[in-house]
Parts: sequence; C-alpha cells; structure tokens
Amino acid sequence: MSRMQRDNQRWGLIFCSPAIVGLLLLTVYPVLRSLQASFTSATMMTSGDFIGLSNYSDLLGDDTFWRSLGNTVFILVWSLPLSILVALALALLLNLDVRGRSVYRVIFFVPSIVPLVATAVVWSYVFDPQYGILNSLLGAVGIQGPSWLADPAWAKPALIIIAIWGVGGLMVILLAGVQDVPAQLYESAKLDGAGVFSRFRHVTLPFMSPHLLFALVTGLIAGFQYFTEVFVLTSGQGEPAGSTMVAGLYLYQNLFEFFRTGYATAMAWVLFLLAALTAVVVFRTVGRRVYYGGS
Amino acid sequence: MSIVPRTAAGATVEPPGRTDRRTADGRVVGTPRRQRRWTWLLTALAKHATLIGLSVIFLIPLVWMVTGAFKTAADLNASPTVWFPDQITFDNFTQAAQLFPLARYFFNTAVICIFSMVGAVASSAMVGYGLARIEWRGRTALFVVILATTMVPFYVTMLPVFEIWRAVGLTNTWLPLILPQFLGVPIYIFLLRQFLMSLPKELSESARIDGANEWQIFTRVTLPLIKPALVAVGLFQFLASWNDFLGPLIYLSDARLYTVSLGLNFFRGEYSTEFGPLMAVSTLAVVPIVVLFFFAQRTFIEGITLTGVKG
Repeated sequence: MSRMQRDNQRWGLIFCSPAIVGLLLLTVYPVLRSLQASFTSATMMTSGDFIGLSNYSDLLGDDTFWRSLGNTVFILVWSLPLSILVALALALLLNLDVRGRSVYRVIFFVPSIVPLVATAVVWSYVFDPQYGILNSLLGAVGIQGPSWLADPAWAKPALIIIAIWGVGGLMVILLAGVQDVPAQLYESAKLDGAGVFSRFRHVTLPFMSPHLLFALVTGLIAGFQYFTEVFVLTSGQGEPAGSTMVAGLYLYQNLFEFFRTGYATAMAWVLFLLAALTAVVVFRTVGRRVYYGGS
Repeated sequence: MSIVPRTAAGATVEPPGRTDRRTADGRVVGTPRRQRRWTWLLTALAKHATLIGLSVIFLIPLVWMVTGAFKTAADLNASPTVWFPDQITFDNFTQAAQLFPLARYFFNTAVICIFSMVGAVASSAMVGYGLARIEWRGRTALFVVILATTMVPFYVTMLPVFEIWRAVGLTNTWLPLILPQFLGVPIYIFLLRQFLMSLPKELSESARIDGANEWQIFTRVTLPLIKPALVAVGLFQFLASWNDFLGPLIYLSDARLYTVSLGLNFFRGEYSTEFGPLMAVSTLAVVPIVVLFFFAQRTFIEGITLTGVKG
C-alpha cells in the first residue's frame, strides 16, 4: 500500500467512524440481542431462561395478537391504496396548467407535517359525535353520522380518513414523477389518436410506475409500524372494544406495560418477517411491471 | 426546444403556432378563436372549482382547530355549530397554561430539536464525505450496510436500545433522544453522499496540492459548497424531532422533561372533552412547524423529492 493509500484508508475510517459506531450500537447489536431475547422468557427486569420457540407458538394461540394483526392489515389494505390514489389524483391536478398551483400545493402538503399527536387530537374534535364538525356537516345534508371513534364499526374507517389526510408528502413525490414525463410523448400519443384516458394509461402510468412502486413498498413497511395515532386517540388501549388494537400497540403494551419483553421481541420479529415477505411479494409481482425507461 | 418530436409513424410534429395554447400535459388547444376562448375558460373554471373544493376539505380540520382555540365556552358548545365565532377569546390559552406548563414543554422540545439538528448535520456530513470523497477499501460495503439498516423497523431494535440507555443510567434524560443523531442518520448520509459525489474531483486535488489535509478540505472547501443540502438535512431533523412521540414516550417519565407532543398526549388523556384548551395547545404545537415550512418551502419540497423522506 502506498503512503497515499494508507492515508486515505485512515481518513476514510475517521470520517465514517460515527456511522460505524452507530451501526454497531444502534442496529447490529440490537438486532442480534432482540433475536436472542425472542427465544427466552425475559421480562423487563430479568433476562429469563431459554425456552426455544415457545414465544412464537404462544403467539399463534394469542387471540389479541391475531386481532391486532387483522386490524393492522385492515387499516393498511384500505388506507394505502386510497392514499396512493388520492396522492396521484392531486399530483395530476397540480400538474395541470392552473394559476396559483404553489398555493394549492402548500394546502395539500401542510397536513403531512402536522405533528401526529396534534393530528390525532384535532381529528378527535372533528369526529366528536356531539361537538364535532363532521357530524354537523353530515346533519346539514340529512345524514345522521355515526359516533366514529367511539363506535367499534366506525373507529377504523375514521383512522383511515386521518391517514389519507396526510398524503401530502407522497403527493410531492408523485408530482415530481408526473413532471418527469416527457411532453413530446403526450403530443405523439395525441397525434396517434389516443384520448385522455388512453394517454394516462399508456404514457403517464408507465413513467410513474417506479414512483408508485416506491410509494407501495414504503407504505407497506410504514403500515406495519402504525402506532402513534391509535395510541393518542385511545389512551393506549385500542378501544372501543379492541377495534383499534393494532400490532404496534399490542407490541408496545407487552414491552412497557406487561413487561413481557421476550414475548414482545418475538412479536417484533414476526411482524418484521411479515412486512419483509409482503414487500418481496410486491416486488416480484408489481415490480415486474415497472417501467424504468424514464429518467 | 431543440429536438423536433416525431410520431410513431415518423411524421414530424408541427410546432404549435403562437396563438395556440399549450397545456401542461402537452395538448394544443383548439382552433376557432371564440370557441377556444370559451373552452379554455370552462376548463379553467372546472380545474379551479375542483382544486378549491379539495382545498376546503383538506383545510377543514386545521380551520376547525384554530377557530376552536379562540371560541368561548358558549360557542364551543353551541348547537347548531358555530363556524366562525363573533367574539374571540384567549381564555383557552390561559386555561391551558394553567393546567399544563406550556412554556417549559416548548423549551424542552426546542433544546432537543436544536441539539439533534446539530448532531444530524455534523455527523451525516462527515460520513457522507467519507463515503463520497475519500477512496478507501470498504466504503461501498459500508454504504450498502448503512442503506440496509433503514429496512430494519424501529420495533425490532427498540428494546435492546432501551436496555443500553438503562444500563448506562440515562433513561429519563434527553440524551437517548439526542445522541443517536450524532452517530449519522442513514437517510441524510444518503442525501449528502449524492450531493458530494456530484462535486468535481479537481476541487479536492487543488486544495491537496496546496498542502491541505482531508479535514481542512472537508471544512473549508467542501462544506461551504453543500450548504443548501445541509440546510435541508437540518430542517428534516428539526421536523422529525419536533414531531417525535414514541421516543419521548419511552424515555421520559419525569413530567418536567416532557416535550410538547408528549405533554399534549397526556393533556388529552385527562381532559379529552376540553376542546377549547386542547385546540389552543394543538394550535401552538402546529404553528412553529408551519411557519418553518413557509420560510423553507423549496428546500423542503426538493429534499422530499430527492430522498422520499416524509419528515
């Protein structure tokens, strides 16, 4: 090794040292440690005994776990496609030639930077059956609104509405995608007799497909981590009648309320594997149809 | 436009005449002048009507929050609903301040945000530089590993990281919320590395010939050139720390250390139907972030577009 190379090796390691320490301390060790803990009967205060796969088999028989998984998937399956659709529609609208686009863009974007706790508190007021604005609006058109967050049948739809309100960040990403579509392609398609719908289907969508895949995969991973809104709105209980008990919340309860840390880490690994598996399936199916010809 | 577009059939496209109107999606709008003006007016109207309608829907919760914060008790309970109160009151704010040490929570949050920002910008810039501007063995592998860690969800590492802080006796302090940012934040490292890769190599070379060492090149030559990216990283970290809830929830048990988000959560737990004071506090929690966004709109939007970070 020349002197220059040795110098570079030394400087490289010095500059990257924060990340190397962070990697070992905040990721590598924690991942190994949580995997190990998931095979033990550890609690918050004791390290417990090795119990093999007991935690994992207990999970299979845990009704609350299954229900929390079901609720998580329900919210994900509705809010993700709807969020992507709304974000895409907004992006396409903002890509039209209209005055004041930047004002509209700000309006759609701002909800996504409102702190989640404030988001939850504000919506609890919007959804309040007695004092809330939503049922007052519905009442004005002759609809008797439900009790939303207090009604087991309507609590999840209410959470989905809150999630869709925060699509601003996704909209900005998709807007960048729409603006990447070359304008000549639209003109050529039009001269070939393609209508609005067909141009969207054969020009816009293929060019946007990498962005949409990105939205789908990051949305999936985030969906399995869904926690804060429910925690704030139900004081950490997943009420009413367990209808909003999501996996993230049940995991938190096991860790910091029941102190069953071994059990909770097993649940974390199951969730992680499910999220990863879903992401792989999406890549294998939807990912195949993505067009990377643009940008 | 220098390239003349061709259709699939190979015919050249006529460039649009000066009086033709071209919309953003590339359509060239109709020929007879009067008819053209009418269709243009109608489509403009339709577009604005749609956008305004959607804007109203998106704004209702925030308007409801702000007006609620300034409503009297009578207006808050009125039926039918009072949209915009005739009489504005600050009672909700004073009442909230009595129930809830607002100033302290804001101070606490600001301290956490500022130190996290400094840590995230400094460490991510250093690591980004080490990955992009220095040729050493292992840099590609390290970059790949750093990117891979973003795939590990927080709930997998949450407990062991908590155990580490407990072992060194630092739970119930702000350090677990601040110090991790000093160890490089993967998504910012990615962003800054991309920026640094685009700078020409000659920059460092000429400084090196003048006898500068790597650290001097980093601080005096490179950092000034990537200021916009550093600002973006700082803003993102500020937003992330301001909005963080799970971190303070796990680590802070002493009420004097609470952040605004954590305090608001407990406030709602106790007074879930006191909508006046609740909306007053919510308004105060939202305003700093919205003001920050207005001053740095472009940086925000460009940063999101580049990284896909959503705060």
